[in-house]
Amino acid sequence: MAAPDTYPRPWRDQTDPPFIRIKSITKRFGDFAAVDDVSLDIWQGELFCLLGGSGCGKSTLLRMLAGFETPTAGVVEIDGQDMSRVPPFARPTNMMFQSYALFPHMSVEKNIAYGLQRDGLGRAEVAGRVAEMLKLVQLDGLAKRKPHQLSGGQRQRVALARSLVKKPKLLLLDEPLGALDKKLREETQFELMTIQDQLGVTFIVVTHDQEEAMTLSTRIGVMDAGRIVQVGEPRDIYERPGSRFVADFIGSVNLFEGEVEAAAPDFMRIRTAEGGILVPPEAGFGSREKVAVAVRPEKIRLSREAVGADNALTAVVEDYAYMGDCTVYKLKLPSGRVVSVTETNGFGAEPFTWDEEVHLGWPAAAGVLVRG
Amino acid sequence: MTISTHVSGGGSHLPAPAEGLGWGRWAVIAVPFLFLLVFFLIPFLVVGGISLRDPMIARPPYGPLFEDGAFLGDLENYLFLLSDSLYITAYLNSLKIAAISTVLTLMIGYPMAYAIARSPEPRRSILLMLVVLPFWTSFLLRVYAWIGLLKGNGVINNLLLWLGVIDQPLVMLQTDFAVYVGIVYTYLPFMILPLYANLVKLDGSLLEASSDLGAGPVTTFLRVTLPLSLPGIVAGCMLVFIPVIGEFVIPALLGGPDTLMIGRVLWDEFFSNRDWTVASAVAIVMLVAVVVPILGLRRIAERVS
Repeated sequence: MAAPDTYPRPWRDQTDPPFIRIKSITKRFGDFAAVDDVSLDIWQGELFCLLGGSGCGKSTLLRMLAGFETPTAGVVEIDGQDMSRVPPFARPTNMMFQSYALFPHMSVEKNIAYGLQRDGLGRAEVAGRVAEMLKLVQLDGLAKRKPHQLSGGQRQRVALARSLVKKPKLLLLDEPLGALDKKLREETQFELMTIQDQLGVTFIVVTHDQEEAMTLSTRIGVMDAGRIVQVGEPRDIYERPGSRFVADFIGSVNLFEGEVEAAAPDFMRIRTAEGGILVPPEAGFGSREKVAVAVRPEKIRLSREAVGADNALTAVVEDYAYMGDCTVYKLKLPSGRVVSVTETNGFGAEPFTWDEEVHLGWPAAAGVLVRG
Repeated sequence: MTISTHVSGGGSHLPAPAEGLGWGRWAVIAVPFLFLLVFFLIPFLVVGGISLRDPMIARPPYGPLFEDGAFLGDLENYLFLLSDSLYITAYLNSLKIAAISTVLTLMIGYPMAYAIARSPEPRRSILLMLVVLPFWTSFLLRVYAWIGLLKGNGVINNLLLWLGVIDQPLVMLQTDFAVYVGIVYTYLPFMILPLYANLVKLDGSLLEASSDLGAGPVTTFLRVTLPLSLPGIVAGCMLVFIPVIGEFVIPALLGGPDTLMIGRVLWDEFFSNRDWTVASAVAIVMLVAVVVPILGLRRIAERVS
């Protein structure tokens, strides 16, 4: 039995009012719509990731929340308050910039104190809260340093501390980990989650890194060409991509194009170049409709003997890449299509090698039907 | 003896390649040094030498520095500068005019530089060109043009009379006002260009960060833009302040008889009084006196960076 899940997920039943309401917001630069009619609800305490490639409009959307861009149309509400006429310096938001934007002429502690001083807080309180923040981001000894005397990781922490010290209702983070190397990025991801959990601040993170989005977020909004194409929890986005774009953008995927051949109550059959492929029944797809079956590489089983799965094919090992924890096989099907399959490198199994004939199979439930 | 030959022999033997490299470097550095030596240091020493001699009705109008192996130079000319309040007044007045016009050019130049730096690309180049455009005409011609604008029956007075704003021509030419107008007009590009070069590098995300942290536009300017542009301010002020101290043409053409500036005094001593020895002393004192404010500005610049 699984332990009861007590993690709050207010977006599932939607009884609590959302904390941030984005109502059909559009931003045009000339003829180009950077953000095109986006609506989105985000709840208190969420760590929401806006995920997409460069130029998809995710940063523009974030900048409209911060107040640096004025929407061409649409409304942003934070905590029930319309933000249309509120300038950036009066918004209950703070932003962590991609470039960190630390004031080069101020020491670490002055950078962090800057926001508090603008609120007219007393000297003692400012000093206390700066010290508290420095401790939180583990920069205690570096208060007097200037930004140029810090490493990239330290600057990232100063930027985080500066944006958090005012205890904003909403923290906006633009590619917060983009400038860090891989190992530091992974460490910092978990720290970011811990800090967010401790302070209970709502985070909206813009990233192009799907792994980062998967690790960090309560929910992900996938953006493409100024629109949000899918919103969901990381598992939903990965396991049940709503479109070919999402399936392809998040992780690697095998797509079998074909058309709907038969629909039964407990399965659908898709006719493809590889033969009939069974998938779970999905509403909204008509007969003969052009579709694709998306199957994740790790959901396909490989074997030297014939497998008794819903979908079974044979193939030849064309190439493989040994990754340590797993091996990625490139398998050529008789149709000429190459599929990738990930095998965990467990104990004892003999690895497949070049030109070996293998059987592959996956249950109908492992496939997802997408349009296109 | 043996040690010294050993060392010199080793020295000439081992660092030969480095020496070759050193020669190349010296050759590059030597060009500007040679230029300064010929056109600055030697004239400076000549003028310094003249300042120590006695005046004499002769051609050139000064006595010898050495006679029969005896040194005849003295500081009499310098003492004379102290005895006549004219020189001290002129020097202090030069400092005052230079300081006031530096502040004025800064007040006018900063917003202009800021606006140029913040404008989008095609327009920015045009605006910058407009700033430099006056240099295409002779400086002297432009100062003469101001005479035409400012004089009693000049363009400005005629316009104001015609509009009925005044019923008598304003006295503008040959006043300190005209001198300030001329100086600010002439030196404005020297303030704008270094300020622009600094402000154009200002990272816009810093201004956004300041706004995001709760600072209004005025606070952002005072706390972020201004401190970060201090090196540009110092550079611009030096480029205006230093040449204005010794400015001669503008006070001579636009100023009145009471506009005393050290450059003008210097001119009068050399060419009206033909007192080359005192004039040389004025020149030397002026040079030394200019170094003091430069050092002050340098100190500020160092503290900033």
